[in-house]
Amino acid sequence: MIAIDVENVTRIYQKYSARHRFKTFKSALVKGDLFKALRPDELVTALNGISFKVEKGTTFGVIGENGSGKSTLLKIIAGIAKPTSGKVSVQGKVSALIELGAGFHPEISGRENVFINGIMLGLSKREINEKFNEIVKFAELEEFIDAPVKTYSSGMYMRLGFSIAINVNPEILLIDEVLAVGDASFVPKCLDRIDNFRRRKKTILFVSHDLTTVEKICDQVIWLKDGKIQIIGEPKRVIDTYLQDIAHKQEDDFEVRHKEIDLEQKWEEEEREKRWGGREIEIRKVTLKSLDGQEKHVFAPKDGMIIEMDVKASSQIKDFVFGIGIFNSKGVSCYGTNTHLEDFEPVSIRGEGKVVCKISQLNLVNGTYYLDVAVHKRDGYPYDYHRNLYSFLVSSRYRDEGVSRLSHSWSFSPQIKIKPPK
Amino acid sequence: MLRLIRSLKELYKYRMLIRNLVSRELKARYRGTILGFLWSFFNPLLLMVIYTIVFGFIIGPRDPSLGGSPWLYALFLFCGVLPWTWFSSSSLESANVLMVQGNLIKKILFPSEILPIVVVFSNFIHFLFGLPILLLFVPIMGKTFTPFILFLPVVVFVQFVFSMGFSFLISSLTVHFRDIKDILANLLTFWFFASPIIYPMTFAPIQKSAFLKVFLNLNPMTHIMQGYQNCIFFGSLVRWKRLGVTFLVALILFFVGYYIFDRLRESFPEEV
Repeated sequence: MIAIDVENVTRIYQKYSARHRFKTFKSALVKGDLFKALRPDELVTALNGISFKVEKGTTFGVIGENGSGKSTLLKIIAGIAKPTSGKVSVQGKVSALIELGAGFHPEISGRENVFINGIMLGLSKREINEKFNEIVKFAELEEFIDAPVKTYSSGMYMRLGFSIAINVNPEILLIDEVLAVGDASFVPKCLDRIDNFRRRKKTILFVSHDLTTVEKICDQVIWLKDGKIQIIGEPKRVIDTYLQDIAHKQEDDFEVRHKEIDLEQKWEEEEREKRWGGREIEIRKVTLKSLDGQEKHVFAPKDGMIIEMDVKASSQIKDFVFGIGIFNSKGVSCYGTNTHLEDFEPVSIRGEGKVVCKISQLNLVNGTYYLDVAVHKRDGYPYDYHRNLYSFLVSSRYRDEGVSRLSHSWSFSPQIKIKPPK
Repeated sequence: MLRLIRSLKELYKYRMLIRNLVSRELKARYRGTILGFLWSFFNPLLLMVIYTIVFGFIIGPRDPSLGGSPWLYALFLFCGVLPWTWFSSSSLESANVLMVQGNLIKKILFPSEILPIVVVFSNFIHFLFGLPILLLFVPIMGKTFTPFILFLPVVVFVQFVFSMGFSFLISSLTVHFRDIKDILANLLTFWFFASPIIYPMTFAPIQKSAFLKVFLNLNPMTHIMQGYQNCIFFGSLVRWKRLGVTFLVALILFFVGYYIFDRLRESFPEEV
């Protein structure tokens, strides 16, 4: 049985422009259509031809970047917003956790707000009476329930809102990123409640940026990008594709940043902290590559990296050291080395050449890293020193911490019951 | 038309919510004040005192039908000021209500017409609180009740329909034209003086000018105010035909207001 059926839904918003409001208003009254009188460049398409079906009893995840149309989709399914074209049919009572405690009145007590909010969400007074204690208990607000809501902390506010909404006991639950504000002890409680919903074969539509939770609880995932469905399917596959897309985007960002570094320019006095040295030997270009030779700026911890420097010595020089240094965003030196430390003996350099440092496995934790490259004399006199000019990203789904991802494995004796990751 | 009636039927299902929201509104309004609910009585009373001092004692009642007594004049004023306050506060609050409560429209599946309805209702309750005071003053000021006071609910009903229609219109249009809020404040002041509240219709300068007479008669509030004055102050029969026509006008305003509200409904979540 289909619980939610979204058929070719398009939602167009009007860009805010006061000048055209009169025109719009007239057309709104005459034709009942708010958008006809507007030119296309005044419109924003939040959703574009979305179709999908959600089976009853399944948990359906919606992922995508900010502004991809997730919340609009949820609002349309909840009936708060209307699609510009297309059709949505929903079987069963819906409760939408879009903004918790949206209808609270700050001046009156939590108790009264529970009743009014409950009625707004479709409960009868009797039902609220029956569930009142449970609502208050779940929100952990027994002591404060008779205080005006304006005295609540934002956490208390959110807990009460969540507690009411979840106790509406809907057939279909729509959740929009509301768990992001909860504290460390309340969020697991909410997730428990959501799990409980799943076990009772209710339908859940779950919008979140927390991909780990999405992968854990969802049966199907839909990825929205710019108002269109990119892919629908099994969570792991969709999330992986989504992450790849993000990595591509980050790659582009870092590439642009890298390209913007112009080594040809005159380095002014105030930029001395980024580049300095006598330039007897010059580093004219730095390229980051993957092991297969592709220029790249986003790496996984297990990836290798090639740092390639184009150097040029204007005359013959016999004393030189090439070095690299990698720093994380906190400025901690993660690794640094040079040819002198590794006992290379400089003989001579003249004209153009290439220096390649190949790191076979980065083994760094997630984050942005900055790269120093330098060529100097053995006694430290700099020919050309580039400080933190280049950056790259290490991105993975591991959530480990520290500086370096040490290669490791886990094993357990048989009496310890523990499930390996999926 | 069918759609309107269906929407109105739908509204009936929300009567519980309306009731709770009205009581919330009333509770929240005086929360934190020392006098609390008593303000519902004091506000119209104080207003009457001011008008009595200014128009009763300083300027002095000039119409013979009021017998030249400042106290009687105060009672006459109260007959009009009390229902007018209901109308004007409903309208002013309606102009804001969709924006102030925008969260409800944007985040919860919620029929937005409930908001202006709650405004009119809660101001109606305030009016009801003031009514006993008005009625109490009738014998004190030496007037007697006549059976015609039984027509009072009819007048109240006509005003209710009129206020409701006006609130629908104002609340929905203000979402798109925020200027209405400011225009409305001035319009209401003008409207107040253009209705027979501080002067009776029998006031000589009005009777002498054909223009003023027609103008005042075209104002629906004139007949509603006269309705109150006839029932309570003069103890005479309401003017049936005029009140009947006013009721028709109120009904038309109600449906037009609701129609426009309904038409604009879908734009609210984005605009408020």
